[in-house]
Amino acid sequence: MANISVNLIVNGKAVTQECPANSTLVDLLRDQLQLTGTHVGCDTSQCGSCTVHFNGRAVKACTVLAGQAEGADVVTIEGIGSRESLHPMQSAFRECHGLQCGFCTPGMIMAGIDLVNRGDASDEASIRSGLEGNICRCTGYHNIVKAVASAAVEMGVKEEAEG
Amino acid sequence: MYQFNYHQPQTIEEARSLYNKSEDGLYLAGGHTLIPSLRQRLSSPSDVIDLSSIAALTGIERQGGVLRIGALTTHDSVATSEAVLGHCSALATLASGIGDAQVRNRGTIGGSIANNDPAADYPAAILGLNATVHTDQRDIQGDNFFSGMFETSLWAGEMVVGISFPSVTAASYVKFPNPASRYATVGVMVARIDDGVRVAITGAASCVFRASAMEDALSSKLSENSLDNVAIDPDTLMSDIHASAEYRAHLCGVMARKAVAGL
Amino acid sequence: MTEQTIGQSVLRKEDMRFITGKGQYTDDINIRGQAYGYFVRSTVARAGIVNVDVSEAENAPGVIAVLTGRQLADDGLGTLPCGWLVLSKDGSGMKQPPHPVMAADAVNYAGEPVAIVVGESFQAAKDAAELVVVDYDEKSAVVDLATVQDADQLYDEVPGNISYDWELGDKDATFTAIDNAHHVTRLTLHNNRLIPNAVEPRAAVADFNPATEELTLYTTSQNPHVVRLIFTAFVGLAPEHKLRVVAPDVGGGFGSKIFVYSEETAVSWASRRLGIPIKWTAERSESFLADAHGRDHLTEAALAMDEEGNFLGLYVKTRANMGAYLSTFASSVPTYLYGTLLAGQYKTPSIYVEVEAAFTNTAPVDAYRGAGRPEASYLLERLVEIAAGEMNLSPAEIRRRNFITEFPYQTPVALEYDTGDYNASLTRALEMADWDGFANRKAEAELRGKKRGIGISCYIEACGIAPSQVAGALGAGVGLWESGEIRVNPTGSVTVLTGSHSHGQGHETTFAQLVSSRLGIPVEDVEVVHGDTGKLDFGMGTYGSRSLAVGGSALSRAADKIVTKGRKIAAHLMESTEDDIDFDDGEFRVRDSNLSKTFQEIAFAAYVPHNYPLDELEPGLAEKAFYDPGNFTFPSGAYVCEVEIDPDTGETEIVKFTAVDDFGNVINPMIVAGQVHGGLAQGIGQALLENCVYDDTGQLLTGSYMDYCMPRADDLPDFDVDTTVTPCTHNPIGAKGCGEAGAIGSPPAVINAITNAIGVRELDMPATPERVWRAIQEGGRS
Repeated sequence: MANISVNLIVNGKAVTQECPANSTLVDLLRDQLQLTGTHVGCDTSQCGSCTVHFNGRAVKACTVLAGQAEGADVVTIEGIGSRESLHPMQSAFRECHGLQCGFCTPGMIMAGIDLVNRGDASDEASIRSGLEGNICRCTGYHNIVKAVASAAVEMGVKEEAEG
Repeated sequence: MYQFNYHQPQTIEEARSLYNKSEDGLYLAGGHTLIPSLRQRLSSPSDVIDLSSIAALTGIERQGGVLRIGALTTHDSVATSEAVLGHCSALATLASGIGDAQVRNRGTIGGSIANNDPAADYPAAILGLNATVHTDQRDIQGDNFFSGMFETSLWAGEMVVGISFPSVTAASYVKFPNPASRYATVGVMVARIDDGVRVAITGAASCVFRASAMEDALSSKLSENSLDNVAIDPDTLMSDIHASAEYRAHLCGVMARKAVAGL
Repeated sequence: MTEQTIGQSVLRKEDMRFITGKGQYTDDINIRGQAYGYFVRSTVARAGIVNVDVSEAENAPGVIAVLTGRQLADDGLGTLPCGWLVLSKDGSGMKQPPHPVMAADAVNYAGEPVAIVVGESFQAAKDAAELVVVDYDEKSAVVDLATVQDADQLYDEVPGNISYDWELGDKDATFTAIDNAHHVTRLTLHNNRLIPNAVEPRAAVADFNPATEELTLYTTSQNPHVVRLIFTAFVGLAPEHKLRVVAPDVGGGFGSKIFVYSEETAVSWASRRLGIPIKWTAERSESFLADAHGRDHLTEAALAMDEEGNFLGLYVKTRANMGAYLSTFASSVPTYLYGTLLAGQYKTPSIYVEVEAAFTNTAPVDAYRGAGRPEASYLLERLVEIAAGEMNLSPAEIRRRNFITEFPYQTPVALEYDTGDYNASLTRALEMADWDGFANRKAEAELRGKKRGIGISCYIEACGIAPSQVAGALGAGVGLWESGEIRVNPTGSVTVLTGSHSHGQGHETTFAQLVSSRLGIPVEDVEVVHGDTGKLDFGMGTYGSRSLAVGGSALSRAADKIVTKGRKIAAHLMESTEDDIDFDDGEFRVRDSNLSKTFQEIAFAAYVPHNYPLDELEPGLAEKAFYDPGNFTFPSGAYVCEVEIDPDTGETEIVKFTAVDDFGNVINPMIVAGQVHGGLAQGIGQALLENCVYDDTGQLLTGSYMDYCMPRADDLPDFDVDTTVTPCTHNPIGAKGCGEAGAIGSPPAVINAITNAIGVRELDMPATPERVWRAIQEGGRS
C-alpha cells in the first residue's frame, strides 16, 4: 500500500510529509515531526491527551487520519507559547497548580483554550462540562477548572486590548 | 490500524467511482466512529474514501419549513446553528450533548446515522423528528432507515448526503448518558408534529425505536401524567454491565417525562 | 536575606517543561536504530500452552524476531519475584507459584504475555503479532473470589487457591469481647476492584550495547533502583553495575508503576538477545489487561460495643484477590498495609483480623494509591457509621467517644501512633461543612424532590514506609530507607540527588524548598535530580506517601552534614573555632563578632582550597545521607461528604466535600492541597464510578474508557480542604506524608452520605445510579 503525501501547516510552518495511509495525525506529529508534546493516553478517543487545534478547533489528533489533515492549519502545545512568552492558559495552569505529572496537560491546555475561544468558560459548571473530553488522573480537576477560569479572564482582557 | 488505501475525492461521483473500484471500501465522514474502530482493528477496509472535501455534503439550510443538514456537518455546527435553533432547538440540544467538545468538532450527522450505534443520539432525532435521509441514490423515510444494531437500509456503497427535518410544533430531547462512554444509556426524543406525537428512544434497545404506547398516551393528552401507566417492556431492551434492561425500562419513562416537561 | 519558603506555596519548578510540551516521557525517547516490540497476549484466562507457532509471523514484512516465553525460559531468565514474605497462621510461608516473565507452559489470565514480536516499525510488529498462532488447551477459569476454595486448583503447590492465611491480633480477647458485648454491629462488604489508569501508559526503551555489555532501560517507573535490583538479583538480566535504569518524566503512577512487570523485563531481555534497542509502549487496552489492579476484598466484620457505644472489640475476616500471580509487593497490601490499620483513630482494646490471599485467573493485584489502607478505612468507617445508627448516637459522637487522645498509642494491631489530634480535625471538618445547617439543606432539597445526605469518615494511614528492621521482621525483602545527596557547586548553587522519584508530586520544588531553607540559599539555586540509577545512589523510590518523610529526611540529614563541614571551613577562614560558628540564613558567623562568610564564599573556598585546612579536611562540599525511619508516620484526617440524589434515576451528585487532614508540617501547601484533590478524585471514583469487571470466563469486560468509568471534571465538585498540624515526632521535618490520604478517607464518606440520604444500611461501591435506584426501590426511604 502506498504512502500518502500530506501538505499542512503546523505551528505556522508549512510542512509536506510522506506517511503511511493508516497514520493518524498524532503519529505524524509525534513520530515524524518530533513534536512530542502531544501525548497519547488511550486508544478509544477518550482521554484527550492528544488534543490539538485543527483549523482553529480542538480535536483529538488520534482520531484524525494524517490524510484528513491535508491543507489544515494545525497548532500543537509547542506552537502556543514559549518560556519567554507563555500563552495565558499555560501561565494559568502553572499559577493555579493545574498540573501534576504533566502528561494530560498539553491536551488540557489546548482543550481549555478552545473552550474559552468558544465562549463556553463562563462559569465553573460550564468549564467542567466543557472538559469532559479530557481525563486527568492526578489533579482531581479542581485546579484545572480554576486555571481555565483564570485564563478565560486573562484571554478576555487580552482580546479586548487587542480588539 | 490495518493498511488501507486512502482517497480524498472532490465530488460525490468521484467518491462513488472510487467505492465501486475498491475491493472493500468504506466512506469516511468525520471519522469519530470509524477511526476508533480502525484503531481497534475491528474493521479492515481495503480503501478509505474520505468525503470531507466534497463541498456538497456540508451546510445547513432552512427553506420552506424544512431544515436540510448536509451529511458532513459537524455536531458542533448543528449545535450552534441559528437555522437549527430557529427550526428545532431540541435538535441543537441533542447535538450539543454528543460525545465531548473535541468529538463535536469533528463528528458528523451523516457518519453517525450511517453507523447506527445503538447508543448514538442522532438516530433518536431522525426517528423522533420524522426526518428524511437523502442519499446519493434516493430518499429514505426516517422510519425506514434504521434496521438493527449497526444496521441501516443503506445499500452497499450508498452514501448519505443530507437529512431533512420537517417543521415541528415542539420537540424535546433528554438523555441519560452512560457515565463512562457518555453515549446514551437512554435518550428520548419527544416531538409534536402537526397533530401527532412521536417518541423515539435510543440507547435502550439494540436499535433506536418508536415507543408507540407512549405516543398513543401522549397523543390523547400531551402531559407528563399521561405516561404514568405506560411502561416499556424490559424484555425488549438491552442489559449490560452499565444498566440492566429493567433499569433501562425505568429510565425510558423518567427521560420521556422529562422530555415532555421540556416541550 | 533569602526568603524563607517552608510553608509557602512556591510555584512548581518542573511546570515550565510540562506546560510548553517539553517534558520527556519514555515514549518521547527514541534511540537511533531502535526496533519496536509488540506483545502477543493470551486471549483466554486459563489454559495450557500446547504450541506457539511463530513461523508465519517471523517471515512477515518488517519483522526482526519473534521471541516466546519458552525461549526466554530456555535462556535461563528467572521469574518475577514477590518481595514480601507473608506467613500463614501455621508459620508456613506464603505459596508463591512462579510468575513467568512470559508464559511458556500455561497462561493464567487473559492478557498475559506469551511472546514478543520485534519489528522495524510498531505497525509491522503489531501486524505480525496477529500471525502468531497459539494453541491453547483451554480450562475453566477461576474468577469468583468467594468460591475459589471450591474451584479448580490453579497451581499444584497451592491447595484451595489460597496463597496464605494470615492473622494479626488477639483472637481470644476479641471473641470474648464480642460474646460479652452489649451490641455487635456486623457488616459484609466488597471493596471493588480498580484499574489504576495513570494517563501515561507504561513504556520501555531498552538499549543493550553488545560491546560494553551495558543495558540501559528507560522506563515508566516509580523506583528505578528497585527495578535494577530485581533485574539483577532475581531475573538475571545483567549485573547491577552494567545496568542503568532511567525513569524520566513519568505520567502518573499511583502505585501501578512500582512493580517489575513482564513487558519491561521481556523488552530488556529481547534487546540483550538481539543486540538492538527496542521500544515498547502500551496501548491503553494493554494497560487495562496487564497493569496491576487494586483493591478487590471480600470482608465480613463485627464491632462489639458497650452500652455507651465504646468499642470493645473488632473482628475482621477478609479474602483478598491476588489475581493470577503474586505481583512485586502484592502480599503486603492486604496484610501489613491493611490489618495493621484496623484500629483506625479508635482505642478499640482488642482486634483480630484474618486474611486469606486467593489466586484467580485475573490480572495480578497489587498496591494502588493507599494500598490496603483504603480497604481498612472503608471497612472501619462504614462499620462505625452503621454502629452509630444502631446505638442511636450521632456519627460524630460515636467517633469522639472512641478517639485515641493520648500519644504515643500502641494499637492492638502492631503499630505505635506517635502523635495526632483527631478531635481537632473532626471539629474543623464539621465546622467547614456546616454540619449543623444540614437539616435545613436537606429540607430544602426535599422541596426540589432530591434526597440529601451527609457522611463522615475519620481515617488514619501508616506512611513513611518504613523502619527497615520492623519491615524485615515482618517479611520485607528489601530495606526501606531512602538516600539523598547534596552537591554544592563551587559558585554556591546546589544539585540535589534523591532516590525518591517524582511523577507528579512536585519533588523538584518541595525538595528544593527544603534544601534551600536548610542552606539559606534561593530556591532557584537548587536543582533536584531523580530517576536515574546512573546518577544517583541506590534509592528505594516513591510509594506509600514516603517521599518527604523519608527521602526529605535523608536530604535534611545531608544538609546538616553540609553545614557541619561548612562551619569547619568557616572557622578556618575566620580564624575561629567550629564551636563558635553559627549558621543562619545562609551565613556562617563568628559568634559575638561581626565576622561572617556567606554560604557561597564557603562553597568557593571548598573547591578553591588556597586558604583551607587541607590537613584536617578534604576539599569539596558534597554530602550524602541514607535515612532509615524510626517509625511509620501516621497522617490522619476527617472528611465530610454531602450528596444529593435524584430518586427517579438514582444519580448521586456530590454537592459539598470537605477534607481536613493532619499531615504534620507542610512545606508547600499548594502542592499538598493538589495531592489531596487528586486522592479525593480517585476515592470518589471508587465510590461512585470505577469498577473492574471480569465475566465468568475471565474476560475483562471493562477493558477501555468506554466501559471503565474514569472520573471527569463534571463528575466532581470543588473540594474544600484544610489542614491541622501535629508534627511527626520522629523525623527531622515533622512531616507525615500526603499522597494517599484523599483516596483513603473519601470512599466511606461518600457511601455514608448516600446511605444517609436514602436510608439504607448497606450499599456496595461503586454506587452507580442503578444500584442507588435499586436500593431505594428495595427499602430505602421513599
